[in-house]
Amino acid sequence: MNIKWFKYAAPSTFYPLAGRMIPWLWVSAVLFIGIGLYWGFFRTPSILTDQKEYYRIIFPHVAAAWMSMWLYIVLVGWALVGLIFQTRISFMMAEAVAPTGAIMTFIALVTGAFWGKTSWGTWWDWDPRMTSELILLFVYIGYMALQSAIDDRRRADRAAAVLALVGAVTVPIIFWSVNCPDPNQCTALHQQSGMGKVDRNIVIAMLVTSLGFWLYSFAIIFQRVRNIILERERNTRWVMALPEVRGGK
Amino acid sequence: MWRGFTTLLKRDLVLAMRRRTDILTTLFFFIIVVSLFPLGVGTEKEILRKIAPGVVWIAALLASMLALERLFADDHADGSLEQMLLTPQPVALLVLAKVTAHWLLTGLPLVLIAPLVGLQYHVGAGVTAVMMQTLLVGTPVLSLIGAIGAALTLGLRGGGILISLLILPLYIPVLVYGSGAVAESMAGGGELGAYFQLLFAFLILALVFAPWATAAALKISTE
Repeated sequence: MNIKWFKYAAPSTFYPLAGRMIPWLWVSAVLFIGIGLYWGFFRTPSILTDQKEYYRIIFPHVAAAWMSMWLYIVLVGWALVGLIFQTRISFMMAEAVAPTGAIMTFIALVTGAFWGKTSWGTWWDWDPRMTSELILLFVYIGYMALQSAIDDRRRADRAAAVLALVGAVTVPIIFWSVNCPDPNQCTALHQQSGMGKVDRNIVIAMLVTSLGFWLYSFAIIFQRVRNIILERERNTRWVMALPEVRGGK
Repeated sequence: MWRGFTTLLKRDLVLAMRRRTDILTTLFFFIIVVSLFPLGVGTEKEILRKIAPGVVWIAALLASMLALERLFADDHADGSLEQMLLTPQPVALLVLAKVTAHWLLTGLPLVLIAPLVGLQYHVGAGVTAVMMQTLLVGTPVLSLIGAIGAALTLGLRGGGILISLLILPLYIPVLVYGSGAVAESMAGGGELGAYFQLLFAFLILALVFAPWATAAALKISTE
């Protein structure tokens, strides 16, 4: 079987593909987030031992926190592919992933603060997970700042990709250093994650919501990458031949 | 191969000796920041003793970061950086020479001035010794990691503030364990071995990977 691995690595073939995928991604994202949140809000036990209705914020919280980490891995993956194969589309993907990743990190922090205020009586605590999520936000912001500070596209892409890789090496070390700075005091306020101990309905709602967040992320990332393609390739013949570009003139 | 290293190291040191204010600026920045804290938070001995490890390390972070902008900037401006990249020497080795010179000029003075901080914050001789040792191991890591940021932001508008965005989050592990060791020695704990092992581990990791990443970043920034 002869698979053309690089067929969609060209912006001219990826642009229409992304365009065809976006409506499906949007529809399924709305569907999954709707079902997940409905299930979470109305079909799960209303009172866990010591927590009340406010625990339901975990559905968006967990989904956003997972996406914030997953999107950084995606970002690093595209940066790596871009540096190795010098494909334009991978840098564009990396650039498009960053804002959504930063937003997801921000959502996770804000919803976590609401959880913390109601559950632990404080908006913020310097707990390992919260601290490393905050630092992840700083890393996303650094990536976007470097990308937008350099006018030369080629240099901006590659410099930001190197920064993303350096961040990928350092983030685990940071996580582990804030996790247990003192070998004798490994206490954490944040719950350990463990799916086994949680009610099955809650797990289903969480997974469905997370899938919905994932679909939303890629819908918005594909839309952003289409804009980036149009902007960067605006002088090429295939972009000028696009009906949406021609129609505007 | 090492002749390239020593030649570049000597050249950078001689250049710095011709313009000593650059070294002194970093040093006095550190001293001023450290001296501002007692004025801001109050001069009670107990409070000062408690905040000393964090203050000294954060001041060291900021001082070494401020000095980074000039690491490659002058060579980039007069074109000698491109000549260095064109030489047959491995770029990572030349980067290592420049970072070593940079640390000797901006990191080592901080280590040597640390006893002054010890006096200002009433921490005692033993803790001051630990403070100097952590700075001695930790500041080279700061210079090495910072070099990546300096190379990535080479010649950009507002490069200095951008470096801080990129690099300060990456300094966190050194900050945590450096100040952690000082705090531990202040609490009278003898278990400093783990902290120093980790600081040395960061140093080795940074020595292996940072020059290489900096070399890649320099090639991207100058092409």
